Amino acid sequence: MTRYFTQDHEWIDVDGTSGVVGITDYAQSQLGDITYVDLPAAGTAVKKGDAPCVVDSVKAASDVYSPVSGTITAANDALGDAPETVNTDPEEGGWLFRIDLSDVSELGGLMDQAAYDAYVAEL
Amino acid sequence: MLTLPLDAWHRARGGRMVEFAGYWMPVQYEGIIAEHLWTRTSAGLFDVSHMGQLFISGEGVEAALEAVLPIDLSTLKPYGPRYSLLLDENGGVLDDLMVTRWNSGFYLVVNGATKWDDIGHLRENLPDEVTINHLDDSALLALQGPKAFVALERVVTGEYPLSALTFMKGGQFKIDGVDAWISRSGYTGEDGFEISIPAADAERVADLICAQPEVKPIGLGARDSLRLEAGLPLYGHDLSPETSPVEAGLLFGINKRRRTEGGFPGAERILREIAEGTARKWVGLVLEGRQAAREGATVHLGTQQVGIVTSGGFSPSCEQPIAMAYVASAQAAPGTKLEIEVRGKRLAAEVVSTPFVPHRYFRGA
Repeated sequence: MTRYFTQDHEWIDVDGTSGVVGITDYAQSQLGDITYVDLPAAGTAVKKGDAPCVVDSVKAASDVYSPVSGTITAANDALGDAPETVNTDPEEGGWLFRIDLSDVSELGGLMDQAAYDAYVAEL
Repeated sequence: MLTLPLDAWHRARGGRMVEFAGYWMPVQYEGIIAEHLWTRTSAGLFDVSHMGQLFISGEGVEAALEAVLPIDLSTLKPYGPRYSLLLDENGGVLDDLMVTRWNSGFYLVVNGATKWDDIGHLRENLPDEVTINHLDDSALLALQGPKAFVALERVVTGEYPLSALTFMKGGQFKIDGVDAWISRSGYTGEDGFEISIPAADAERVADLICAQPEVKPIGLGARDSLRLEAGLPLYGHDLSPETSPVEAGLLFGINKRRRTEGGFPGAERILREIAEGTARKWVGLVLEGRQAAREGATVHLGTQQVGIVTSGGFSPSCEQPIAMAYVASAQAAPGTKLEIEVRGKRLAAEVVSTPFVPHRYFRGA
């Protein structure tokens, strides 16, 4: 399994053609207290850069962009009762949705952990 | 971009600085929900030095101010702030403000984002004999919450005790030797105080107040969620030149004598609206579920749009989303079931009476 990152502060863990998507610790710290997550339905087809998911904080609603194209296979329904998990455990238990990748070559445009850490350090 | 007198103080305390009203201001320190709940249960210190503090004086100042504000100054006793409205000739709201009678004139506190326009408007509409003094070397702090009194009482001295102040009363005090104009007022719905001090002494006073165990510094984010729960309007969002104070339910800002006599900007429309009612009203809504509706979201009854949200968000105290909206008067009664459109979805909402969280002003023992 390999983890990739986007410039919009999503992460994706990829194993073959299946991926798990969430937002990074940096993203949750910028958003502040998360009060609601609007999750996508399984079966939804998305293109890379679409916003199938919305994270609501006290301050504002923010789009979560899909790092890759594919079909949503599941969402983290546990966030319905506990959206604050995205604040407390953004890169594990606070995952948002699973996606079946339609084009693994899109991963080439994403950052690895070291590149992402360097990117955040510049912000 | 301007900086507040307490800019370095906010940064040193971990304040996350954002642009607001032309200033760098702290939106949060430890987190909006924690700061919000701390203010509701203990006491929070807010830096509101971006707001405009004006002193208006000169010959005929009383009549001149009554010509630009729908206020009755004949019933305004010294040192007690009163809410008023700066209106345009159509009765639209240019700003909302507080007016206090001092010995030789009137002390006004206006919104930060509008203060330069307000000063221009007042210059244009007040006679030459009346002087507008922008007190821009003063800082303004608000200490709000059920423990604000015990915390502040410990650090103030004065000719009379702090307990002499009840809601909407003010007086001159000293904090660690610093001259402080203090009124028992604020914008959170809680008991609390607003404190005007020289900008040069702001750090020392803020340090001293925050050294009290009841007090933490609170950012703009919680200030907004607190005032929303209190059902209080925010200028530029809930109030604008497109809204009249009558539809916003701010009749208390138009004093009784002025409702019959008129003689203020927009009086024709406002007196007519008081007599005949308005087509829409500003109401509170609670939403089902957890997704918030925000400013600009449309309000619907079936296929018909009946209103628009002007402020909304997740209420930390009620633990559900709340909103304020202008809706058609026929749909403005508490209990009315409506829908709010958010990102293509319809969220169920119900009109409720405001405030969402009861006011706890101190009106006397």
